[in-house]
Amino acid sequence: MENTVIERRQVADQKIGVVDCDIHPAMASRDDVVNYVPLRWKEHIRDYGMRNGNPFLGAQIYPRLTPGGGQRRDAWPPSGGPPGSDLAFLQKQLFDECGIDAGILQPLNPVTVSFNQEMGVVLSSAINDWQLDKWSGPDPRLKASIVVPQEDAKEAVAEIDRRVTDPHFVQVIMPPRTLEPAGRRRYWPIFEAAEHYGLPIGLHTGAFGYRPNTPSGFTSFYIEEHFAASNSLQTVLYSMIFEGVFEQFPRLKVVLVEGGFSWVPSLAWRMDREWKRMGSEVPHVKRRPSEYMRQNIWYTTQPIEEPENNRHLLDILRWIGTDRLMFSTDYPHWDFDDPRFAFKVPLNAAEKAQIFRDNAVSVYRLDR
Amino acid sequence: MNVMTKASPTSVLAGAIDCDVHPPLPRRADLLPYVDNYWREVMISREIDVLELTGFPERTRPYMRPDWAGEGDPLERMQRNLLDPLDLGHAILNVVSGAHALFDPYLSEVICRATNDWIAEKWLDRDPRLRASLLVPFQNVEAAVEEIERRAGDKRFVQILTLAMTELPLGRRIYWPIYEAAEKHGFALGVHAGTNFRSAPSHSGFHSFLIEDHVAMPQGFSTQVASLIAEGVFVKFPKLKAVMIESGVTWVPPLMWRMSKDWRGARVEVPWVKEAPAHVIREHVRMTSQPFDGPDDAADLERALSHLLSDDMLLFSSDYPHWHFEGFDVLPAGLPEKLLDKVLRGNALATYPRLGGV
Repeated sequence: MENTVIERRQVADQKIGVVDCDIHPAMASRDDVVNYVPLRWKEHIRDYGMRNGNPFLGAQIYPRLTPGGGQRRDAWPPSGGPPGSDLAFLQKQLFDECGIDAGILQPLNPVTVSFNQEMGVVLSSAINDWQLDKWSGPDPRLKASIVVPQEDAKEAVAEIDRRVTDPHFVQVIMPPRTLEPAGRRRYWPIFEAAEHYGLPIGLHTGAFGYRPNTPSGFTSFYIEEHFAASNSLQTVLYSMIFEGVFEQFPRLKVVLVEGGFSWVPSLAWRMDREWKRMGSEVPHVKRRPSEYMRQNIWYTTQPIEEPENNRHLLDILRWIGTDRLMFSTDYPHWDFDDPRFAFKVPLNAAEKAQIFRDNAVSVYRLDR
Repeated sequence: MNVMTKASPTSVLAGAIDCDVHPPLPRRADLLPYVDNYWREVMISREIDVLELTGFPERTRPYMRPDWAGEGDPLERMQRNLLDPLDLGHAILNVVSGAHALFDPYLSEVICRATNDWIAEKWLDRDPRLRASLLVPFQNVEAAVEEIERRAGDKRFVQILTLAMTELPLGRRIYWPIYEAAEKHGFALGVHAGTNFRSAPSHSGFHSFLIEDHVAMPQGFSTQVASLIAEGVFVKFPKLKAVMIESGVTWVPPLMWRMSKDWRGARVEVPWVKEAPAHVIREHVRMTSQPFDGPDDAADLERALSHLLSDDMLLFSSDYPHWHFEGFDVLPAGLPEKLLDKVLRGNALATYPRLGGV
């Protein structure tokens, strides 16, 4: 099959450059962020821990397949910390070896789904400080994300207001498995602020939340959990559309991170079909749902689906539009997509430029 | 282009097997003749009458095509609207009932059994074209197995029925005796759109709108398929077929791709899964054709279908009397003509061995 191998050299030769929209900085230990919180909270965390819906305190709900909670085995830094905790080693593996020119930090942490919401507020801000001190300050190619305590919209907006003047921050992030579906009005002040400042809202598929990981209760295995978690991104998407978020905030940009993307056309067709029949239930939804998707939603690519017939992925790309997809690696996690190998489909130079760089530059305004 | 017109619906569909039609839910008055005195008293005193699912509200507008609504005998209406004009060979009745959601394991057992008796007498006995799904109480596995055994001799019941969103993922071992009995007697496992609200239909709780429940339903179907595969149900019961009914169809290829990729990285966790999930899905999972979540363009729809890499998976259905199409445009526009024979008959016969055994 002559079209199934990515033209690797071409990517480099054309100096397209690559923006990685999903990089996970890790803490060497919990103290990395606890150092940023007031004494009252240091003592609280020391004495009571951080409690959320995970049944295991301090361990993942489904044990991962590789050490460190599902890391690339070759990503452990020589300096000794866990993968993703050493700036120099990250720069070497990601920027130097993979030819990536800039990236978006997605600090994964369940602080904003902690049962104690006030603790979530304090720790969100601490993670934002930590991103600046440890990552974006020393290497401005690493763009920071404003972690907000989404269940307390007032505090979330206050955190956005505090951070927005710092150009290291390029988006607002919240977990998709919110307490209520993401389109509900309790979250609208966050969307209003994000739209006002031109910041995208990023929602990264997450293993943590308040509820079972399937509509039929909890899965037994990680292999089920891993893809079921990405279903939460579909819920974000349709909830925001059917609650009328994009009618209220037409310039809001939403980035769905680490859910793959081949489910997007089917979901669009389904929403349009249902809306044609049942639109009168949601009269505030004025347009075909797929129109909002083409205007307000972007998807990062990893974990890119791998059909047996690679050309099927081209159909998917055509149906979604290459202007909606943004490349991501998920460094340093086990299912990392390497930009030199990830797209086993023939893309032309313009499409490559869109997916690997231009869409991200535009969505995150990286050329500011 | 539609392959048939209102003028000649029978030219293509004559003899087709419709794998999803809905009789109206039986009410208390319908079921009382089939329960004993104790349960008669319970149903009257405790006012157990309409068992309609909030997650599958059949009396709301989208669930009844206006020109198919009406009074009188619902079977005669079904004959007049569907069976006769389309000249169907068979139609499989699916009762999507609150029996799936009852908490009392004994009440659910009784409602399932009475509903099956009612289907047999009031529907199957009156039209030889009809077949049905067997309601079994997943809340009471022992009783579910008994009901399968009780009805095994009546080949007009061709599959057992459950929902896309259930109390536990369907692959769990607690349900295996049900699958063992089903496989033994050649019943398929029918997984129908709907939820019993044991869990919220989304990771973030309950939706504001019914349309969202509908849009979320493939999350239920896909996680049920993932569960059946990961838990090893198809390894243990290799002849079992699982039919996704009213699922939308096009969610399946992305699931195949994603699950196979995850399996390559994580199969050490489920070593009994020896084949790639995409392969297992092609072998064991089937989908009914209405509703069909497809692109407007017929050529695109054909491409979307080709992503399955299988001609064996799609089963014709009308989803009568739900409102998905007008006139007799029951087939998705773009369904390749070369697939018609399999979609309309062959795939159903291969999926439902009991269909050929009457």
